[in-house]
Parts: sequence; structure tokens; C-alpha cells
Amino acid sequence: MNGINQPDHSAATRGPLAPWRDRAARPLIRFDAVSKRFSNMTALDAVSLDIHAGEFFALLGPSGCGKTTLLRMLAGFETPDAGRVILDGEDLAGVPPHRRPINMMFQSYALFPHLTVAGNVAFGLKQDGLPKAEIGARVAEMMTLLQLEGLDARKPHQLSGGQRQRVALARALVKRPRVLLLDEPLAALDKKLRGETQFELMRLKDRLGLTFLIVTHDQEEAMTVANRIGVMNAGRIMQVATPPEIYEQPNSRWVADFIGEVNLIEGRVVESTASGMTVAGASRIVARVSPMQGVKPDDTVWIAIRPEKVGIAHEPPPLDTNQVAGVVWEVGYLGDVSVYKIKSDTGAVMRATAANVARLIERPVNVGDRVWLSWTSDAGVVLTR
Amino acid sequence: MRRGLSSFNVASLALGLAFLYLPILILVIYSFNASRLVTVWGGWSTRWYVSLLDNQAMLEAAWVSLRVAFVTACAATVLGTLAALALVRAGRFRGRLLFGGLIYAPLVMPEVITGLALLLLFVAVEIERGFWAVTIAHTTLTMGFVAVIVQARLIGFDRSLEEAAMDLGCPPLRTFMTVTLPLIAPAIAAGWVLAFMLSLDDLVIASFVTGPGATTLPIRIYSEVRLGVRPEINAVCTIIVAVVAIGIVTVSLMTKFSNAKPAPARAEP
Amino acid sequence: MTAPRPSATHDDRLSYEGLSCERRAYERRSWGQRLVILIPYLWLGVFFVVPFLIVFKISLSQLATALPPYLPILDLSGGIDGVSQFFAGLSFDNYARLVGDTLYLSSYGRSVFIALTSTAILLVIGFPIAYAMARAPRRWQGVLFMLVVLPFWTSFLIRVYAWMTILQHDGLLNHLLLTFGIVAAPPVWLATDSAVFIGVVYAYLPFMVLPIYATLERMDESLLEAAADLGCPRWKSFWLVTVPLALPGVAAGALLCFIPIVGEFVIPDLLGGSGTMMIGQTLWMEFFGNRDWPAASAVAVVLLGILIGPLVIYQHLQARRLERGG
Repeated sequence: MNGINQPDHSAATRGPLAPWRDRAARPLIRFDAVSKRFSNMTALDAVSLDIHAGEFFALLGPSGCGKTTLLRMLAGFETPDAGRVILDGEDLAGVPPHRRPINMMFQSYALFPHLTVAGNVAFGLKQDGLPKAEIGARVAEMMTLLQLEGLDARKPHQLSGGQRQRVALARALVKRPRVLLLDEPLAALDKKLRGETQFELMRLKDRLGLTFLIVTHDQEEAMTVANRIGVMNAGRIMQVATPPEIYEQPNSRWVADFIGEVNLIEGRVVESTASGMTVAGASRIVARVSPMQGVKPDDTVWIAIRPEKVGIAHEPPPLDTNQVAGVVWEVGYLGDVSVYKIKSDTGAVMRATAANVARLIERPVNVGDRVWLSWTSDAGVVLTR
Repeated sequence: MRRGLSSFNVASLALGLAFLYLPILILVIYSFNASRLVTVWGGWSTRWYVSLLDNQAMLEAAWVSLRVAFVTACAATVLGTLAALALVRAGRFRGRLLFGGLIYAPLVMPEVITGLALLLLFVAVEIERGFWAVTIAHTTLTMGFVAVIVQARLIGFDRSLEEAAMDLGCPPLRTFMTVTLPLIAPAIAAGWVLAFMLSLDDLVIASFVTGPGATTLPIRIYSEVRLGVRPEINAVCTIIVAVVAIGIVTVSLMTKFSNAKPAPARAEP
Repeated sequence: MTAPRPSATHDDRLSYEGLSCERRAYERRSWGQRLVILIPYLWLGVFFVVPFLIVFKISLSQLATALPPYLPILDLSGGIDGVSQFFAGLSFDNYARLVGDTLYLSSYGRSVFIALTSTAILLVIGFPIAYAMARAPRRWQGVLFMLVVLPFWTSFLIRVYAWMTILQHDGLLNHLLLTFGIVAAPPVWLATDSAVFIGVVYAYLPFMVLPIYATLERMDESLLEAAADLGCPRWKSFWLVTVPLALPGVAAGALLCFIPIVGEFVIPDLLGGSGTMMIGQTLWMEFFGNRDWPAASAVAVVLLGILIGPLVIYQHLQARRLERGG
């Protein structure tokens, strides 16, 4: 009955789906060098992006980066100044919103206040002129799927926030769109409900076999639900990759810094061989890192190290590991982890996080302690831009 | 604003409301005075209401006014709603600034000027002074009020509702009919009632553009009032006050009802 | 995963919501949409703009004993001759008369004086009422609002007439004054300036109260708390916070009263004396009494000239308020 509440093991969830690696595969959605200017700002700057059938794709970026404009362009509410938007091989230019096989879940939900829940869900099917019996059956099916039974006759203002969110989802899904667009779909929910709904969205997508495109500014949300993320900034796509790739292999300092926390060490390549690379940091930190193609001695590079990959200890580590000595400057206790800020002897400030594995009230590392930070040679990623 | 009233606040409210209501109340009470003299209370009576029924001229004037007000309200509602849509929805078009000015101008323009100007137009293009001239003049005067009310509603309108309708396959015109219109209907209805009231109330403009056989109620009342206070007039006024009060209360309840309806999109605090 | 935490808190709606004036992309202006603009525009053009042009033209004409009672009439069938004859017939005599005759000058002066004085009185009476309304508990505010609006829609003429009953020689006011022995002989009220002021203030009070209330009601309560928190006593925060924030409402209310009062006809006609007339009465008399349409038109043109400044400011305020979604 409530199929979406049980994990659906039969369907491929996230792992094997990787049509973007297949160069011959035709994408379902293609943005081809799309540009858009509003009177005094560039919203999109020659954005090209392919999204494949069955994907749960997230557009992630700060305010004003153009992600919502891109979404609205696909829905037909904005027209590109230049470039093309292609759905399944068909150029969408000139196709008005009401003729696009795409439905959207609005951030405000945009539920019609003068219609009942059932009226809202049936609205789109009525526009298609379907027979009454079929509309009734499909609405009932969708109401069951989203656990909205018994709410048919309610008006939107009589619903809770979570229920409104489900009605908005049901209204868009009942039309069986080629693509479901989600504009900050969970922004209005509280944190706990948001977390549950994220997993529910994933199960829904797999169960219905649709393509979802979500716009969000919430990194955790994007990382949780999406199989691929497009990180955007100032009207450009910065990186398109799977969540682990985005986090572990950011392609630039901007992405590394935008997603999560990072220690960035600027340095000069001293030596580069097949076995590894030595980088001398400006703040006299010398680090050994994994080898990298196309980097020559004397190039300026940045080493990005995630704080949880940095070890923290009172004793100095073996001499052949990367290490920095310093004094604990600030400690943030978050429950599951603690965040340490260390002022190194060379003057740089570095972060380290450590999982609080043991149940201790007194933490072993405190402000003012002299500590050593260390990380392995493959913990950091070398960035050239 | 901070809640809570000082005694000064209570006093200003009480005095202000007394100032607003006492004269009307006195008028209403004296319309039931059996005596012809204002200063003498001759006991309760409805004789002035009865004698109104024989006042053919007054009844005819009332009938003219009602007809003018009805046609005016309908025409002004259509024109005012279109004007509001043009102002809020049409974006930038040539002459938008002038257009906005033209819509607000009749709201404050001294009536003697508007009346004179319209009369001169009617004479110049040889429109007969009378029923239709008064109706056209009143429509011009009241469409701005309708426009302002509908405009306020349209500005507060969540446009993603229309986008949602289109997204679900509804073409633009049908979107307007099935989503926009039902949601701005209370404002349109309020505009209609307002236009009706204003038309019923107008003396100055009607005096300029009216002609034989189209004496409106305010013109009739005015011509009698100039001769001094008369009990029949008190009775007419009481009836008008009652009608207006009922109309306004209805409209307020309607707007209140409709305002309570659309729930805020994200109510979860 | 612990590291990624939400950093941005706003969505990127900015990119299009700031541009509500601009047409949305999917709205190509169809014929239907053109009509939406065209129909009301044409109506206002024909029945509002053109009439003013005619008023202006006739104010430059001579009085004639025909119907319409003015000359010259633009006769395009006469070709160039007709047009040149038309221009030759234009005269500024009516305007010269306005300046020359003290009747007109004193009318204008009196109108502006009465409008200014009564606007000031209205402000003094109206502000405390609006302020008290805004401070009243939320559940009363709807009722109070209705109570102030209600008389505003009760026929203007009736409200003025109501004061005739009260102010006439053997009216209620004198009756009360005599009964309580406040005066020995009944004072004259009707047909005096006091009666005009009472009538104007009474009729226009809602126009002053409502805009001020609207701005005060929107004011954020926490502003006064912040002022108090920063050490500002209440009487001072009233002057430093409340009053400046209420200024747009005060300006709107003052203009909403001042402009129509200058051209007021009914109140001075029914309550005022027969001595000096307000300009609305003068215009009325020229038109209905003397049947001098050119003179009436000239009076109207000059009146419009006086009011054009306040009108423009009012429209500006009104447009700004509506664009902000007030």
C-alpha cells in the first residue's frame, strides 16, 4: 500500500545509474550555451548542461547564482536571450509553459486557495480534458501514494505545512511529467520533516521512474537526494559531478570552499615525480601529496584538505607524515563531532574535526593545548585554480 | 504599534467617533419627530416617511439615481478592472505614467472642474444632457476607485499561482478565468458597490451634465435643502443612511471573509 | 556527513522578482492584452483629457448669446480661413478679468485660506484618532476602521445637511446652549465661517484619519521597543520614531483633504455666508447663474493651475504606495 515508505530494493537507487559517462547516450534535457540577462545583471552566462532520463539532478548554488532562472527556463517562464533548451531532442523555444510535458513544484507551493485539495490535484488532468472517471482514479491513486487520504475536501489553508507540501507534489506528479521540477521544495519545512521528506522524494522518484530536477541552496539536501549535482555561481556552472566527487574532488578552490569546510594551503610545487609531489606552502608548511598530471615544478597550486581528514594529537607524529604544530585556539563542540581551530607556529589557522567516539564529558583536547596536526599524502586534493 | 490605550487615546477615539456619528444620529432621530419644527420634539411618528410616498418628484429622482448608479457601477467595474490589470500586469508600455496619473486624478480632482469639463465635452460632441451623460460622467469618476481597489488586490497576488496553472497545462486566457478572476473577485465586487455608492452620492457633477427628466436624488434633495431644513428630507436621508450602512457592512464582511481565505504559503513557523 | 552545512539562506529569486514591472517572458502581448490597456486608456482620454482641452479652449473664447454660449467655434469646414479666424477670435479677456476683478482674487484667496486652515485643524484632530486606532488591540482595529469608514460613505450631501439641522438659528446647538444657560442670546452659526470649518472638518475627517492610520498600523512594534531599549523615553520616541514614520501618511492625508477642499462647493453653499464665496461657488455662479461659460472655464483653468502641484505630489505618493503593495 504505502509502497514509498519501504525502501525499494528492486529498483536501482543511486549506484549503477551513470548515463552521463556514455558519450553516445542522448540526454533528456540539454541546455546548450544558454544565456540570460535581466536589466542590469547577468543571470546565466552561456550555461551548457546535460541531464539524463532517470536522474535526480540538483542545481546548487548561493543566492542569485542563476539556478532558479535555469529551472524556470525549462518550465517556460523565462526565455533564453541566447542558446537553446532541448527536451528529448526537441527545441523548446516557442513552446508555452502549458504545452510542456514538464511540471513544477513551486517554492511557495502555489496551491489554489479557492480549490479543495482534490480540486488542486485534479486541476492539471482537467486541463488535458481527460474523462472524469480517469481523473478520479488517478487523483485517488496519487492521494494514496502521498498519504493524503481523507483530505480531499479540505482547502489549502486548512492543511499543515507538511500536508501542503504533499499536495503540491501530488498535483505536479499526477500529470506524469517527463521531468519534475522542484524549486526549493523543502525550504518551508522544519529540519526534522525536511530530512524525512528528502528520503521520501528519492523513493518516489525511483518508484515512478521519473526524472527530477531540484533547485536548492541547501548542500546537505543536494548531497542527500541527488545522484548528480551542478554547482553554480554567478550565472556559470562551476562543476557537475556526483556528490562524493563534488566533496572529495572539487575542481576549484571556489567549489572546495563552497561545499563544506576546507583548509586551503597555497604553495609552490618543489618536486613532481610519479610517486608523489612536494609542495612548499607560503606559510612554510611543506606537504607531500599524491602525484598529479600536468603540474610542473614552480607552479602555484592549492592543497585542499577537509578538516575531518586532519588528525589531531598531543604527541608529534612520525617525521615522514605531513604535519603542522600549533596551539588550539578555539573549540566548537557539536555533539557528534568537535571542531578545532589551531593557530600553527607559522601563523596559519587550520581546522580539524574529530568524531566524538568515546562518551567523555571532559574533552581530551582543549583551548591552549599544544598539538600536532597531521594528514596522509592522499588526504588533500591539489587545485590549480 | 504597541498595544494598549492611554486615557488620552480613549478620549480621542470616543470624541472622534462621537463627532462623526452624533450629527447623523440626530438626523435619524428627528426624521421620526412628529413636529414640523426642529426644536420641538412632538413625539415619535412615521408621518414624514408616509408623506414621502406621495412625493412623486422625490420618488422619480430616486429611481433615476438607482438606474444611473447601477449602469455606472457595471461600466466602472469593467473599465476599472481593465485599468488595474493594465497597471499591474501589462509591464512597461508607452504612456504608462500618464495612464497611472489619469486613473488617480478623478479621485481628488475638485468636482466642479470635472463637472464643467465633461459638460463642455458633451456640448461640443452633441451628446444630449441627461441620463446617459450623467452615467458616462459617473463612470469616469468612479472607475479610478475600482482600479485602486483591484490594483491593491492584484499587487498582493501570488503570481506563482498563475504559473502553476500554466505549468499544469492551462492556457493563459483560461488561467485568467479559472485562477485569477475567482481570486480577485472580492475586490471587483467591492469596487462595484463602491462605484454604486459614489454615483448615488454625487451632486456636483450630476448638476452640470444632467438634463430634463434626469434629476437625480441628490439634485432633488439639494434643491429642497437650499430652502431650509425639512422633515421629509430627514426621512429621505435616514433611508439613504440605512441603505449605505447595510451595503458597506456587507462589503466589509465580504472582503474580510475573502482576506481570511488565502492561507499564507508557508505558515509553518 | 558532517561538514557541509547550509551556507546560503536565501533563494535566488532576486533575479526576477525585483522586476515585477517588466513583463514575464511568456507573456507576449496579444491583441487581448492590448485591448486591456487600450479600452480604459481611450475612455479616460475621451472623457477626461479631451474635456480639459475643451475647457482650456473655451476659456479663451468670448461670451455669446447662442447655444453653446461662446465664440469662436473651431470650424474646420472653413479650411485655412476657418482656422485662422478661430485663432484670431481667441482672447485673454477672461483671464484679464480674473486678475482685474477682486471678486475672483478674493475667491481664490479665501478658498486656499480655508483649505489650509481646515487641513491644519484636520491634522490636529485626525492624528490622535489615527494613533489611538493603531494602538488599539488588534481585534478592535477592524471594527474601529469600519466605524471611521462608515460615515465617509454616507452621502456627503446628507452629512452637510445634518449640520444645517444642528447649526440653524433655532437648531439643536443653540437650543442646548440656551437650556444650559451658557449663552444669553442665541449666537449665529449658520452662514458663518465657523459653520464652513465645522462642515469641512466633519466631512473630510475620514480622509485624514485613514491614511495616517494605514502607515501607523504597518509600523513595526519592535521599533519602539528598540528605542526604549536604547534609552529613549516614550514621549521622545514618539517624536523621533513614530512621527517621522507616519509622515507619508500625513502627507497623503493632507493632500487628500487640501485638494478637494479648495474646490469645495456644497459645504460653503449650504453652511457658509453669502458674503465672500469660495472659488467653487464662483465657478458655479458663473456657469449656472450668469451662464458665462468662458468665464467659468477660465476660473477652472486657474484653479487647476493652483492645484497642479499638490495633484502631482499626491499622484506620486499614491503610485509609490501601490507599487510597494501597501
